[in-house]
Amino acid sequence: MQMYDMPDERGHFGPFGGVFVAETLVEALEELRVMYEKYRHDPEFLAEFAYDLKHFVGRPSPIYHAKRLSDKVGGAQIYLKREDLNHTGAHKINNTIGQALLAKRMGKPRVIAETGAGQHGVATATIAARLGLECVVYMGAEDVKRQAPNVFRMKLLGATVVPVESGSKTLKDALNEAMRDWVTNISNTFYIIGTVAGPHPYPMMVRDFQAVIGIEAKDQMQEMIGRQPDAIVACVGGGSNAMGIFYPYIDVEGVRLIGVEAGGHGLSTGQHAAPLTANSPIGVLHGNRTYLMQDEDGNIIETHSISAGLDYPGVGPEHAWLKDIKRAEYVAITDEEAMTAFHNLCRTEGIIPAMESSHALAHAEKLAKTMSPDQVVLVNLSGRGDKDINTVARLANITL
Amino acid sequence: MSRIQSVFATLKAQGKKALIPYITAGDPHPDHTVPLLHALVEAGADMIELGVPFSDPMADGPVIQRASERALVHKMGLRKVLGMVKEFRASNQTTPIVLMGYANPIEAMGSSQFVALAKEAGVDGVLTVDYPPEECESFNQELASADIDSIFLLSPTTEPSRTELIVKQATGFLYYVSLKGVTGAANLDIVEVKKRVAEIRQQTSLPIGVGFGVKDAATAREVAAIADAVVVGSRMVLAIESSDATNLIANVQALTKELRTAIDSV
Repeated sequence: MQMYDMPDERGHFGPFGGVFVAETLVEALEELRVMYEKYRHDPEFLAEFAYDLKHFVGRPSPIYHAKRLSDKVGGAQIYLKREDLNHTGAHKINNTIGQALLAKRMGKPRVIAETGAGQHGVATATIAARLGLECVVYMGAEDVKRQAPNVFRMKLLGATVVPVESGSKTLKDALNEAMRDWVTNISNTFYIIGTVAGPHPYPMMVRDFQAVIGIEAKDQMQEMIGRQPDAIVACVGGGSNAMGIFYPYIDVEGVRLIGVEAGGHGLSTGQHAAPLTANSPIGVLHGNRTYLMQDEDGNIIETHSISAGLDYPGVGPEHAWLKDIKRAEYVAITDEEAMTAFHNLCRTEGIIPAMESSHALAHAEKLAKTMSPDQVVLVNLSGRGDKDINTVARLANITL
Repeated sequence: MSRIQSVFATLKAQGKKALIPYITAGDPHPDHTVPLLHALVEAGADMIELGVPFSDPMADGPVIQRASERALVHKMGLRKVLGMVKEFRASNQTTPIVLMGYANPIEAMGSSQFVALAKEAGVDGVLTVDYPPEECESFNQELASADIDSIFLLSPTTEPSRTELIVKQATGFLYYVSLKGVTGAANLDIVEVKKRVAEIRQQTSLPIGVGFGVKDAATAREVAAIADAVVVGSRMVLAIESSDATNLIANVQALTKELRTAIDSV
């Protein structure tokens, strides 16, 4: 079998990816591409990254056999890759450490980030504090209101949080605003993108920094069950936790890779954030070509998901490619299904999952039911749900 | 000779520089756009950049983004923009129109259909902000075969080797972005612009327009002394934003005349 080797040198995954930015950003991206090429295989850089993942994040994150959940569901055994146990409570920290270490080597004293639910903003503010970098986080004004605890966490960590009032006032607008900051402050600023989207080299670089999830899982599964799982399930907004666990498995035959998008109120309502599952057209946004939720004029339409972290109209270009070559499958889970899975995990396993990860759990339950008890489904539990308790309470009409 | 080339040739013969105002199609309302185009010409515009509204205008500052949002309220899409150009062309066959916008609306329509409709409407040039030359070779060829000019941006951070690549694909004129930032950002540094424009001239004989930071008549004059064309966007859109239906045309014409006088005083 031919080894998977993507993207090409200009960041293309087949027809997807690339560098679609204004000329004002081209040189900055070129500088980043060259520096990342220089350090991605540099033993000293990788050692420093590995040290922080171990001592600052607490890696490796364990894999846990959710036995009571598996029994309750009936069917395949469900295992969880516990990214929720990382420092700051999600997989996002893996990538921010990698990029912040690169920023330091590039001599950039200031980092900026976009954030939706606030997890990537918190992870960026965290590593910026640890490395003594100035940090500015752009967040849609709507999200600032919805995610007040994370806004406060970022401020505690010394970051400046800028509410973005333009457009739909959510994640995509925060990304636009961060790009504008970057183009204006290119000489002293490093833009830490939180997902496997954006212009090259971001989708590749973020994937590489998150691949530690899948690399660990391969060893851990071998150790725990003496083989690899039959299926791996992960939620997909931009798609960084999914790429992180999928990537090391792309060349492993017999392991199904399943990405779970946010089905919102249901695909038929149009109110969702599932461009792959809904067969959205291909387009160009945020520096890359991918499947995009858009209207007939090519304007990006507003998405809906109960989970702010999945509420994005596009998807990382490598997921678009994996879908087209049929190496990964993509499905959607509705708000309601995710909520049910959320409560299931809380009650049967004593783990409060992030709303994002609850989408993956919901599909894993569906899938496990169709499989036999000697088969294994590995779910990437990408984050913990403490940040979501206000949302869950509000849905149940409970005032905290 | 294309309409864009002929405008630059005529101005050069007269020892004058081009004034290129930018407005967003459909701002503040689609009914105003064609009258505004004619009013700009009457007040002294040599060429017009017509913005195609987009939901996520990443390279634009807040002023032009607001213009896009105002236009999108009225469902102002690329198809309607082309209709406006066609309507303008019915009574004006001399003033070039350059469409400025983002890649996605063009890809949503399909590039060949866009090129065919743009040609039919009488579009003279296309500037697609997020299509760097590496990503749009076939689109460029389609434009070229329809005799539509491909306008490219050059920025303060563009290295000479890259300028070489861009000037090979560019036709009509080059658009030098006068500052590091988005449209309508901080004041431009005229000394730096002068130096860069001189460097670019070493690599191309195409006319050079300068924009992104031209905020008033004084700056327009300084830029006109250096460049072949002065592009005024955010300032023009601000004039539209601060007007109502009764004084819109008058305010935009007053600003255009002021800029024209400044540019001609060089």
